[in-house]
Amino acid sequence: MFGDLDDLYQDIILDYSRNPRNFRKIESPPARVVEGHNPLCGDELTLYLLMDGDVVRDVAFEGAGCAISKASASAMTTAVKGKTRSEALKVLENFHDMVTSGNAEVFEDDKLAAFSGVHKFPARVKCAMLGWRALESSLSSTDDESGAGVSVEKKTITTE
Amino acid sequence: MPETTSSQKKNADAVDWRKLKKDFPILDQQVHGVPLVYFDNAATTQKPRAVIDSMSSYYLEDNSNVHRGVHELSNRATSAYESARKRAAEFINAGDTRGIIFTRGTTESINLVAQAWGDANFKPGDRILLTEMEHHSNIVPWQLIAERTDAELIYVPVTGDDGRLDLTRLEELLSRNVKLFAFTHVSNTLGTINPAAELCAMARKHGVTTLVDAAQSAGHMPVDVAEIGCDFLAFSGHKVCGPTGIGVLYVKGEMLEKLPPWQGGGEMISSVDFFKTSWNEPPYKFEAGTPNIAGAVGLHAAMDYLDGIGRRNIFEHDRELGRYAWRRLSEIPGIRLLGPADERIGLVSFLLKDAHAHDVTTFADQRGFALRGGHHCNQPLMRKLGVASTVRSSFYFYNDTDEIDRLVDVLIQIQKFFAG
Ligand SMILES: Cc1ncc(COP(=O)(O)O)c(C=O)c1O
Repeated sequence: MFGDLDDLYQDIILDYSRNPRNFRKIESPPARVVEGHNPLCGDELTLYLLMDGDVVRDVAFEGAGCAISKASASAMTTAVKGKTRSEALKVLENFHDMVTSGNAEVFEDDKLAAFSGVHKFPARVKCAMLGWRALESSLSSTDDESGAGVSVEKKTITTE
Repeated sequence: MPETTSSQKKNADAVDWRKLKKDFPILDQQVHGVPLVYFDNAATTQKPRAVIDSMSSYYLEDNSNVHRGVHELSNRATSAYESARKRAAEFINAGDTRGIIFTRGTTESINLVAQAWGDANFKPGDRILLTEMEHHSNIVPWQLIAERTDAELIYVPVTGDDGRLDLTRLEELLSRNVKLFAFTHVSNTLGTINPAAELCAMARKHGVTTLVDAAQSAGHMPVDVAEIGCDFLAFSGHKVCGPTGIGVLYVKGEMLEKLPPWQGGGEMISSVDFFKTSWNEPPYKFEAGTPNIAGAVGLHAAMDYLDGIGRRNIFEHDRELGRYAWRRLSEIPGIRLLGPADERIGLVSFLLKDAHAHDVTTFADQRGFALRGGHHCNQPLMRKLGVASTVRSSFYFYNDTDEIDRLVDVLIQIQKFFAG
């Protein structure tokens, strides 16, 4: 009914943005906290990541954002929970490839494929990547030696 | 400009606005298969054919460098550039062309004042008074110079969603060792028109120097520096139907001599020795290097064009559109409209109940509407109002109520789509 808009705002995306998954805080410490910021629209998102050794034990987010950034962050949390650090980074890389190229092959039968329509809206790639970039930053930070796992960092998502 | 004065006597009802729209070739096109509606005029205005033609004929026939050669083309370029300066002085009633400095735009004009004047005048403990509705370009240059000189920034508060300056605080704020008061004439986010003359009079009473950011007013209403009584005023060519990359800094006569040079280079000197240089006269002292000559030519044509219609007429036309839009938008359930209900220019800023500004603008774009969604380079104000972003629709004389009706229909569709 709405052409390209239907590709962008698929039902699953609208659902995830209206009812975001893992939209909550995780106590910190032990969780790592990263703030992602999209300077284009002023959206801010706080990501909480709880690692268990090399494995993502829990991940959640809070913040205000557009439908795309909220849905994408939601989908990200469900996609990477239980994955190892390198597995999670691989999903991120594939997701980025998909939202910039439109090629959803890797995500066949996966809800992440719903985001392939973003590639038709280059200005919105940043929105789709906000939660993922915060995850990337959080995964690359290290826990402190006491094992408290505290890492609060502000990261501004500036380029795509 | 005899043509200007005679047509300015016309009132807004006598102007054929539909015919004027035809002067803008860019507006006659489809985007995403539907007719374009350009509602992002606060970001930049479109250019009439007269402006585009003036610049191409400058390059086709007269291009040369200014103030250097004695050959024919250089004379023509110099005379075109200087006549643009004269026209800019008329445009804001500056009287004297010495106080008209060409810059890249509002941002550069403000940076010039901050760095040249501010650096020479701010001492530790001095205060710079701004307002909470300033564009980033009237905040950040002051932060930089405040840091270097140990001066301090203070702000006139904005009252809330109705977007006015809290003027009950002004007197007290001005008496706090303030050296400079810099404020926007018209808010690019809220559409508020600030009483510039009143603010400058109050500042003068306290011996405070004033800078007016006229980026959003110069093309939309009559702007008269004598009436406003400011020391500095800045505007951008691209927001007054002119090209990008050219703008004006107006400096009041008595400030001119006290303003140290800013950038160094050619044009701004009278004689250079290996170790010492004496400066050229204003305004050349502030225009280092080869200037944007074609930009000045285009700006000249733009100012002629606008005053041919009459900025008073444009103001009335746009204000009616703004009122109409405000009324129609108010019909949308749950909408939050920001800014004052009156004393505003043709600009509306709002939030839909169930749709984020960014989603609204993407959706509307697919329907042909160029809107702006975001913080509008006004992050501190947005934080104060408790919003991350708004949708802004800003009008100009080539827009009409029919376009606004279509926008309202689309916004209702959008609201339904995202509410589910
Ligand atoms: C109120 C205000 N001030 C300053 C500016 C900066 O103008 P420019 O980018 O042309 O230098 C703008 C432009 O958006 C504005 O709206």
